[in-house]
Amino acid sequence: MILLKGQGVSPGMVSGPLYFWGRRGNTPLPREGMGAEAELSRFTRARQAAVHQLHALAERSRVSAGDEAAVLFETHAMLAEDEDFEKCVRKLIEGANRSAESALREAGEQFASLFEQMEDGYMRERAADIRDVAERMIGHLLGTTDRKIDSEAPVILAADDLAPSETVQLDKRLILGFATRTGSGSSHTAILARTIGIPAVCALGDSLREEYAGQIAWLDGETGQMILEPDERTLSAFSDKQIKQQEMRRTLEGMRGKEDVTLDGRRINLYCNIASPEDVHSVLENDGQGIGLFRSEFLYLSSDDYPDEERQFCAYRDVAARMNGKPVIIRTLDIGADKQADYFGIKREENPALGLRAIRICLNRPEILHSQLRALYRASAYGRIAIMFPMIASLWEVRECKRACQRVMAELEQEGIPFRRETELGVMIETPAAVLIAGELAREVDFFSVGTNDLTQYMLACDRQQGDLERFFDPHHPAVLRALKLAADAAHDAGIWIGVCGELAADLSLLPIFLAIGVDELSVTPPAVLPLRMEIRKSIAKTCTLDRLNG
Amino acid sequence: MRRFSYTITDSLGIHARPAGLLAKTAKAFGDTQITIGKGEEAVRATQLMKLMALGIRQGDTVTVTTEGPDEAEAEKQMRKFFEENL
Repeated sequence: MILLKGQGVSPGMVSGPLYFWGRRGNTPLPREGMGAEAELSRFTRARQAAVHQLHALAERSRVSAGDEAAVLFETHAMLAEDEDFEKCVRKLIEGANRSAESALREAGEQFASLFEQMEDGYMRERAADIRDVAERMIGHLLGTTDRKIDSEAPVILAADDLAPSETVQLDKRLILGFATRTGSGSSHTAILARTIGIPAVCALGDSLREEYAGQIAWLDGETGQMILEPDERTLSAFSDKQIKQQEMRRTLEGMRGKEDVTLDGRRINLYCNIASPEDVHSVLENDGQGIGLFRSEFLYLSSDDYPDEERQFCAYRDVAARMNGKPVIIRTLDIGADKQADYFGIKREENPALGLRAIRICLNRPEILHSQLRALYRASAYGRIAIMFPMIASLWEVRECKRACQRVMAELEQEGIPFRRETELGVMIETPAAVLIAGELAREVDFFSVGTNDLTQYMLACDRQQGDLERFFDPHHPAVLRALKLAADAAHDAGIWIGVCGELAADLSLLPIFLAIGVDELSVTPPAVLPLRMEIRKSIAKTCTLDRLNG
Repeated sequence: MRRFSYTITDSLGIHARPAGLLAKTAKAFGDTQITIGKGEEAVRATQLMKLMALGIRQGDTVTVTTEGPDEAEAEKQMRKFFEENL
């Protein structure tokens, strides 16, 4: 049995024969040209042919492989016509008497290396695009036609790396999955595989030997494993996992577009937790009905200084607009001594969990809160935003936050900047104090959202990160569940809604409790949406009891 | 000459697709030169590869300059482009 380990970049499990796909960049080329004028003319003709071909491919692939593929070809067409690239090719042809092919390959390498040096992983992957475009033009000069998979049956495509435009054109029916020696999660191979929905494993390294060509391989795109000549046990385990995955996939797909309602008609809003605007696409892909927690820390943690109002506003607006009318609940700054940026200048604390964090920082430094609220209210004109305050423990804290909001609204009104006055304000219930004064808090705000992670920590007086405390940290502790009920009752008595946004929200075993307590909203990580919806639709709210609260 | 600043909000920064569209839009202006500056560096908007090589990311502020016979119109279109795509 041969086990290879790489990085799983697109989930799924398949088995099939390995088909090795060689690099184009290795074909030998004539180095010297037949004279500058002749070579330049060959170059411009090849470029024209390549651009023409790419535009045609863009149109065709829009239909068969989606927008993503079409954009790829269009971008390649633009890269082909880049003026600096042309200058480089010309210099080689005129100055060094090179053939068009050789000039193209060298220019391609030069520009590709430029990108390979960049910090950004996304940009580094663009080096592959540049080589791809250069090779396409070389292909026109050499008269080589596009390569095809020479096989009747579907295969697992194996290679060093795969040129983006080539793989996009291949007959998808012949490809079971991808396996490459290099590459990463942001490479074209990975992106393409995820778009088509087939498994892909990258970074297998030299262990992916060419001598395996033709052998049957078992590929697990989640774990990044490739198995050859499996023994009975391994084969059977793989098969079982594969069947389960396929069944689950089918059932979950069926949940798309369905309502989040129990068998007896009780509705629950199913939203998502996100940490940055990049996650929005995942929310939409997983059919989340809103964003129940938009963590705003990314704005503060990713730079050397406080983010200005403009930058914050753009980020909030971007998300609100993309969610297209669906609610976006944004939590104000929630950092502490353990998770902070140096420029905040917060002293090291004995007990960071009990220290200057979240709303306390904002109340001590009103200019920070002011800036964030201005950005939030401005963004409220572009979608359905709600604002949520973390770590609340006293009534005065909420009242001061509300006053800050009033001030911001008055300012914006005076400045003639549009905003939504009815923007809902809520508090996170995550301190024991908040639970016990929930009645008073409920009269001040429009909603509660329970942060179960921190709530459990404070209720049990137990650090959730510490390894040796595991047996003392019970997320299902009756105290936590009773606290949730207290908060929910207080909310409903005051006529406001309550949601849960901590990890517990996605805990399927607790759904009956949430239904019994009357939780109105659950906000979970995007991949948890469809499984949770499935569970909700199987439940009967009336039969859910509060037994677990009795321990 | 006209100029304006813009802070990139798109999480991928000026990646391949908008860079290409930007280059295409800028090319249509012929005589009017459009330059994109980040810090000390600046490139013409039509220089696709160099523009991408600037590595402009989310949160970066760029300066867009237009100069030439159609600079007013170019500035307007550039503003619109940035707001809609980046």
